[in-house]
Amino acid sequence: MKNNSLVIQDVSLSYDNGKILAIENISFSVSADTVCVIIGPSGSGKSTLLRTIAGIEKNFDGNIFLGREKLSPKNKKIGFVPQNYGLYPWRTVEENILIGVKIKSKINDDIILKMNSIMESLGIFDFRHRFPGELSGGQQQRVSLARAFLLNADLLLMDEPFSALDAITREETQNIFLSLWKKNKLITILVTHDVDEALYLGKTIIVLSKKGRIWEILNNPFFGNREEIYNKNFIDMRARIREHIQKAGADI
Amino acid sequence: MSKNILVSYIIAAVGIFIVWYFIAMIFSVAMIPSPILVLQTLIDIFFSDIAIHAFYSLIRIIAGLFLAIVIGYPLGLAMGYFKKCDRFLSPLVYLTYPIPKISLLPIVMLLLGVGEFAKILMIFLIIVFQVVIAVRDGIREIPKETFYPLISLGASFKNFFVYVLWPAVLPKFLTAIRVAMATAISVLFFTETFGTKYGMGYFIMDAWLRVNYLEMYAGIIALSYIGLFIFGLIDFIEHITCRWQKRR
Ligand SMILES: Nc1ncnc2c1ncn2[C@@H]1O[C@H](COP(=O)(O)OP(=O)(O)OP(=O)(O)O)[C@@H](O)[C@H]1O
Ligand SMILES: [Mg+2]
Repeated sequence: MKNNSLVIQDVSLSYDNGKILAIENISFSVSADTVCVIIGPSGSGKSTLLRTIAGIEKNFDGNIFLGREKLSPKNKKIGFVPQNYGLYPWRTVEENILIGVKIKSKINDDIILKMNSIMESLGIFDFRHRFPGELSGGQQQRVSLARAFLLNADLLLMDEPFSALDAITREETQNIFLSLWKKNKLITILVTHDVDEALYLGKTIIVLSKKGRIWEILNNPFFGNREEIYNKNFIDMRARIREHIQKAGADI
Repeated sequence: MSKNILVSYIIAAVGIFIVWYFIAMIFSVAMIPSPILVLQTLIDIFFSDIAIHAFYSLIRIIAGLFLAIVIGYPLGLAMGYFKKCDRFLSPLVYLTYPIPKISLLPIVMLLLGVGEFAKILMIFLIIVFQVVIAVRDGIREIPKETFYPLISLGASFKNFFVYVLWPAVLPKFLTAIRVAMATAISVLFFTETFGTKYGMGYFIMDAWLRVNYLEMYAGIIALSYIGLFIFGLIDFIEHITCRWQKRR
């Protein structure tokens, strides 16, 4: 079942009874075991698109399939990581990590073992009885990654997950994410406004225009690779995306 | 931590008694007996006379509180969660909320007599509004993003309640009960001065009429301890259930 692709067909969504058209005729597909990055200027509808796929925005036009079935939170496991990490301040780290599993299936000994090993590998095992308010931003982000990967989801959606972190912590957390992802591959859509992040984490990069349409879909040969910063193609690609986003941003 | 709190309470209590002691000594009138005599009286008559009255008062408070929570909490929840419900019920709440509940006492007594139910209803009326409004506002203040991870998991209303609604509202809810409780105890005192032979209100006023000032003061102290007990209980519940807030 997991080896199916995510297909987005002609998806449009407007707010305020049609007054604000946030995304328009979005179509793309993400094949199994792929990280797809969505990038675009502010207000281009990145978060809207992600929420629509997550089943949070329900009044949209078009279709979203995962494999042969229509995607819905009820029949698939969707992990959603909002920008503020989506942790519950009144639950301990451990309880937060287990929420997804508790709602979707049952906790058993295997789950606990797996959780402990994920927490170990993320360096948050010692904090497991603390509350999120007692952790740094980077640590909170690792907790939310642990939750997302423990769930063994069909689809992982992340909205600017690293943008609130300082540069060094961000790079570190990106690496952690990628190594976790390589061990538990699943269709992942990651929203960002950082071109370097897009080039490092996205196998496919979808660039949105400021009006909520797709500007370009790029295949990124530099996925998972930070060492190419002197490669001519890399520099060109990065410059092109950056220029588009700056132009589109300036138009607003 | 809690040891320090206990110590500061004891110091405060001793301080009050010392001041009281000197005031009693300076004035030296029957109206202001020495705290030592009052404490002695309290110890002597607590189990034989006061306990039954304290028990009645406590039961009335708990019954009123229980009713207020059972009715007020779901109402506040519905108003905070469903906009339609709020639009429908808010005017009703706002029109009745500012009425000083004590002024309803004559009506309550006319309709229900002076029995137990009227007394419990008065306590209920005071607490229920605070509960409704605290729960409703608490739920309204939850940013909608808080629900997103749960929605994408296909969570049920029960999940929303357990993971978000209940814990997010709990601190406000307990504060509301704490605030309402002070008023509730005063009104209880008032309602216990007629139509009953049991309750701290009756005991204190009866001692006063009998010009037995020692017993009257002993009654006042006992009533204070009932209040202290209730507030302590609320604090304890908050300490256990809202640990995440304290350590922020
Ligand atoms: N709840 C809402 N009600 C009305 N309009 C909204 C709502 N959410 C978003 N919008 C509008 O929809 C458009 C797209 O917003 P969205 O948040 O999806 O953009 P974004 O690409 O995520 O931007 P950013 O990079 O700033 O996060 C914007 O014009 C925004 O003002
Ligand atoms: Mg956004």
